[in-house]
Amino acid sequence: MPGILRIAYKLLINDRAKYAALLVGITFAVFLMIEMTSLFSGILSRSSATVINIGASIWVMDPAIQTVANSIPLPSFMLDEVRSIPGVKYAVPLYSGSALLKLHDGTYQAANVIGLDDTSLFGRPELINGKIEDIFAENAFIAVQDSEFYKLHNPKIGDEFELNEHRGVFVGLAHVASSGLFGIPTLYTTYNRSLQYIPNTRFTITYLLVEPKTPEDVAAIKKAVTADGYLALTHDEFIAKITDFYTYHTGIGTNMMIMTLISFIIGLSISGQTFYTFILENIEKFGALKAIGAKSRELVMMILFQASFVALTGYGIGVGLCSGMIWMARLYLPDYAAIITPMNLSVAFIMVVLIAVLSSYVGVRKVLKIEPFDIFRG
Amino acid sequence: MAKAAIQAVGINKSFGQGQAMTKAVQNVTFTANFGEMLYVVGPSGSGKTTMLSMISGILRPDSGTVKLLDTDIWSLSSDDLADFRLHKIGFVFQDYHLFPRLTTAENVAIPLILQKRDWDEAIAEAKKDLEIVGLKGRADMPPVSLSGGEQQRVAIARAIISRPDILILDEPTASLDGDTGRNIVSFVRTKILTDKSCIVIITHDSRIYEFADRIVKMEDGKVTDADMENLNAQ
Ligand SMILES: Nc1ncnc2c1ncn2[C@@H]1O[C@H](COP(=O)(O)OP(=O)(O)OP(=O)(O)O)[C@@H](O)[C@H]1O
Ligand SMILES: [Mg+2]
Repeated sequence: MPGILRIAYKLLINDRAKYAALLVGITFAVFLMIEMTSLFSGILSRSSATVINIGASIWVMDPAIQTVANSIPLPSFMLDEVRSIPGVKYAVPLYSGSALLKLHDGTYQAANVIGLDDTSLFGRPELINGKIEDIFAENAFIAVQDSEFYKLHNPKIGDEFELNEHRGVFVGLAHVASSGLFGIPTLYTTYNRSLQYIPNTRFTITYLLVEPKTPEDVAAIKKAVTADGYLALTHDEFIAKITDFYTYHTGIGTNMMIMTLISFIIGLSISGQTFYTFILENIEKFGALKAIGAKSRELVMMILFQASFVALTGYGIGVGLCSGMIWMARLYLPDYAAIITPMNLSVAFIMVVLIAVLSSYVGVRKVLKIEPFDIFRG
Repeated sequence: MAKAAIQAVGINKSFGQGQAMTKAVQNVTFTANFGEMLYVVGPSGSGKTTMLSMISGILRPDSGTVKLLDTDIWSLSSDDLADFRLHKIGFVFQDYHLFPRLTTAENVAIPLILQKRDWDEAIAEAKKDLEIVGLKGRADMPPVSLSGGEQQRVAIARAIISRPDILILDEPTASLDGDTGRNIVSFVRTKILTDKSCIVIITHDSRIYEFADRIVKMEDGKVTDADMENLNAQ
């Protein structure tokens, strides 16, 4: 490390009180920013759980749909219509709706029921217990063993329940990639059985799941579906649409952004203020360095080094604390949704860099302005 | 004839404008030679610090030239001038300006560190110089734990560590008691001054006049040579 940076480092960390205040400011800001954005990422990922878990390439839906949670059924002729589009390898219907279960001890529990196409079982979950063929057995349902599973009273294979006065029986336990947002358990069954158990309107297809023959066919499929007055979205587009809805039309996103901004401002004011006093306290010494023969550029480097050192250390501690807290929270709260994504880390990183830049800007200006003559004059 | 270390010709400096203008230094011509310990004395506000700042490359004169070791310093770029100061001039500021968060040795090593010398080497040399100024064993203490006189010695050690040709001290004894002040200046005279260097001291302190080779008097921004007896009598 160049000597002047080593001096800068010593000036910084030997001033324990200010160094601690700087670290606390940045760590706190990073912690809050990552916590907020991770919670939001968790919510977003859960809001698209069905899309992620089913995993189809193209989803055909009513154009008015904003999230997987509000279903607007499609007329059954659309199935044939889509199947006849050139470039479609296959298309299957999917049912997704909610129902009220009466568990064996008589308590009621809402659940999300997904009906898979009877012939292909396209979008089926990975079973951790039981066989997927059993889904065709009488009254068969597969329960998803996610964070909401306990609300079904942790059933075993063979346990029975009632769904709209129909008998249901658990024939398997499944694992899925993402838990849902709404805090209710998920059951899988066949498309036809879901129609049979859950009362419906004239139209019954919630989504049409489409696989194109080649990725190049996607554009043509989307165009053809649009011509029929419906909407075809790729897996990623559908997730983006849902994300958009939760971000901009529910208040969750705005609140999250406000909180992140507040964390940023708090971090900036604590660190900026402390760093400013730190520079002020040393300003005459910086002036003396200038008189002795340090170049302005070298003094600026010292300040930038100090600012980035504090910023990076605070960032590291903040990220560590936040992951620790999320890990702890998950131990006790299975529903805790926060996930730290590379995106959250980058957002917090950019914010921290901004804090460092803004804090050092004032210091750099001070140091550039100081005249060694004034130091000499005393 | 002695060779000139510092040659200032017709330097001027004023501050402010119009009615409020102060002519701090007026048409000063000034020479200091190698092997010489020179004092600049004069009443407060007479322009001593202003003149010395111009002579040592810290404050640009309004007009006039300054040659140090045959270099016209005010024709250098600001980076070159900074390098010149770093390698050729040592400064002792009136209130020391030591970093309280660095050790004494680290403070002393700063000019060498700015010269991009190896850290350990610089610290080792700083320790040697601390020994020279009589502060053996204080190297790892913070400067604030030292007395005023000791801190002044630290500042001197820092000023001489790169063995500058020109050493500038502004009121080095102002905040010291009589004996301490005399000891320090006597030390500088006997241990630091060589026939290859030149020392300029600004002072008000008549108790240290005896160490000067020559005393230059400033009044209202002008320099007049003064003889010692006159000054001592004042
Ligand atoms: N930056 C400045 N702005 C305005 N006036 C200044 C400035 N620096 C010096 N002066 C004025 O120039 C004159 C000479 O000041 P200088 O500091 O050189 O005096 P000095 O002889 O060193 O005095 P002292 O013995 O009190 O240190 C004074 O009248 C002072 O007020
Ligand atoms: Mg002065």
